[in-house]
Amino acid sequence: MSALVDEELLEHAPHDTSLPRVAPHRTGEITQHLRTPKTLWCPGCSNGIVTRALIDAVLALELDPDRTCVIAGIGCAGRITAYLNWSTVHTAHGRALALATGAKSADPGLNVIVVMGDGDCVAIGGNHLIHAARRNIDVTAIVFNNSIYGMTGGQMSPTTFEGDLSTTSVYGNVEQAFDICELARAAGATYVARGTSYNYLRLAQLIAGGIAHKGFSFVEAMVACPTYYGRQNGVADPAEMLKVQKARAVPVDEFDHDGPRLRDRYPVGVLHHAERREYTAAYADVVRRAQAESRG
Amino acid sequence: MPQPRRLVEGNEAVAEGAIAAGARFFAGYPITPSTEIAEVLSRRLPQVGGHFVQMEDEIASIGAVIGASLAGAKALTATSGPGFSLMQESIGYASMAQVPCVIVDVMRGGPSTGLPTEPSQGDVMQARWGTHGEHSIIALVPSSVAECFSLTVEAFNLSEAYRTPVILLSDATIGHMREAVALPTRDELRVAERGEPDVEPDDYDDVMSTVDNIMPRPALGSRYAVHVTGLVYDRSRGGVPSTGTPSVAEGLGLYLREKIYHHRDAIARVEELEMEDAEVAIFAYGSVARSARAAMKWARRQGVKVGLVRPITLWPFPMAAVDHMAEQVRTIIVPEMNLKQMSWEVQAAVGGRAKVVDHGRIDGKLIRPEEIQNLIRREFYYHHFEETA
Ligand SMILES: Cc1ncc(C[n+]2csc(CCOP(=O)(O)OP(=O)(O)O)c2C)c(N)n1
Ligand code: SF4
Ligand SMILES: [Mg+2]
Repeated sequence: MSALVDEELLEHAPHDTSLPRVAPHRTGEITQHLRTPKTLWCPGCSNGIVTRALIDAVLALELDPDRTCVIAGIGCAGRITAYLNWSTVHTAHGRALALATGAKSADPGLNVIVVMGDGDCVAIGGNHLIHAARRNIDVTAIVFNNSIYGMTGGQMSPTTFEGDLSTTSVYGNVEQAFDICELARAAGATYVARGTSYNYLRLAQLIAGGIAHKGFSFVEAMVACPTYYGRQNGVADPAEMLKVQKARAVPVDEFDHDGPRLRDRYPVGVLHHAERREYTAAYADVVRRAQAESRG
Repeated sequence: MPQPRRLVEGNEAVAEGAIAAGARFFAGYPITPSTEIAEVLSRRLPQVGGHFVQMEDEIASIGAVIGASLAGAKALTATSGPGFSLMQESIGYASMAQVPCVIVDVMRGGPSTGLPTEPSQGDVMQARWGTHGEHSIIALVPSSVAECFSLTVEAFNLSEAYRTPVILLSDATIGHMREAVALPTRDELRVAERGEPDVEPDDYDDVMSTVDNIMPRPALGSRYAVHVTGLVYDRSRGGVPSTGTPSVAEGLGLYLREKIYHHRDAIARVEELEMEDAEVAIFAYGSVARSARAAMKWARRQGVKVGLVRPITLWPFPMAAVDHMAEQVRTIIVPEMNLKQMSWEVQAAVGGRAKVVDHGRIDGKLIRPEEIQNLIRREFYYHHFEETA
């Protein structure tokens, strides 16, 4: 998991001062939060980078690990649940946000972090994303967007770009890719951010910002799947794939919103931040009123 | 002190039963004829500090129920055929991952949108086998308003005891029927609490939970770092996925089956009426059992020996009671609002020891006592009946 993270460089990487400060931890400290040093992820897969960023974010915020749980769907991304040694739930494909809604509502004090693949989040689980965002429930959703169905061997996903090849778009994908951050924002998410596995520290900070935010936080992590996306689409070298991310990612305040998007360039950073009444807090009010009425 | 007698609707009794059983979470999606359960609980749950949420669909509803249960709350959902179909994948998840929860299916005519307002018993096999893969399940069938309450409490107790989803199979007639009942109060009931495993977090492993000593699952956010998955998991290694070892897959599958089947006789309840000397038995459940009871009483008045076996637990199938019945009577009449779904099961269990006569209806109409009386007449063709059916 550490191969792509240069610890020396990281210690000196510039922070975004508008986000929670994340001091990257050494590998030895990170692995204390893992059940196993071995993962099913392919060599060069970015999933390990985001996992590490998540651990760094949780440590930076000093969350109580006993009160923190990670709920994930099915796919390569969802496998994170078998690796983290906090309380973890590996749900059915697409259902992580539905379970998270139940868990958070039943125990509002729980820190609930949801991990999904892009197919998990916006294909089979798209309805839950829209409604979790609309409710503004205090859950942090992190999407590992590799623009492909990794686990099932490289089929197209709703985030596969037009023209891309996959095992189910062998003539080139004719469908338009989702901009899932735009989707989350339109549906009512109150914190929307996009980061890349190329820019580790910023990604960890964006995740920390999402966890610290009270309300529905959505973080899209652009990740490289060299095995299935890369090999089918020309760039299969993991380091090259990260460089592609670097070339396309434009800090949101420099981003020209009228220009081309997604495949060629996309804004990164906190794309949207708003304050709105959080769902479980609003429901706590309902409980107070109902109890007062039934007593009175 | 019981509460005063009052007219209560079946669906309302389910909702009150859930509250009495300690349920503090409901997630659902409106569908006739189950909607009143959601409506009542949307008012009642916050009064007791619980949580009600109307989800975006039934897939989300059962998902939220599982999440709430994992976080430590007793949780339920209520639906009818179309929604029950949508929930099936996650019912299997709850079974695999051993998540206690209660699913109320107020049956209506199907398939598809079918007969939204009419009763049916078409989901009894779906309750058993609706989700894919080998699994066990518990399903209870109320046949009165009082039972809508008591079996909801029982459903929660069983789901906690066996760490499993439990299905309550009501129907449009039972759900919308009103009867005068005195609902028991909390202190008149036996209510199972979840608790924590009596093993320290560092020593805890799911494999300590045996068929005879099923330990509660620690909640998310407790001192235990739990891992929950729908993949085949190794119960002796923190429940982490293990899909490459056939003996682990088989061991888990057999454990999940045995933790319920080993206790089948304790779980499977039936009500037997006038069975001591019966020559013919009626095997009927849910709303149809009410007509069966009337037909049985008619037969006794006419001097023929008919008894009633009413399964309260449909799954696991009440094998012992059916076995006993098969030894005793020459004919078993199985009226049901579907085409032979339980009758096949009875026939398999009886194995030729008695004749099994099925009687099905799928037109959304209740099976009337007279229909069953006509079947009884045929079995006693040599008898002179005074009253017409
Ligand atoms: C209901 C259901 N349909 C299909 C599948 C098969 N399946 C498993 S993972 C997956 C897609 C994974 O893609 P994504 O969500 O992008 O995650 P990734 O593997 O790329 O991280 C599919 C279709 C399933 N497990 N369940
Ligand atoms: S298939 Fe792709 S996403 Fe899955 S582990 Fe391999 S590289 Fe990562
Ligand atoms: Mg993917």
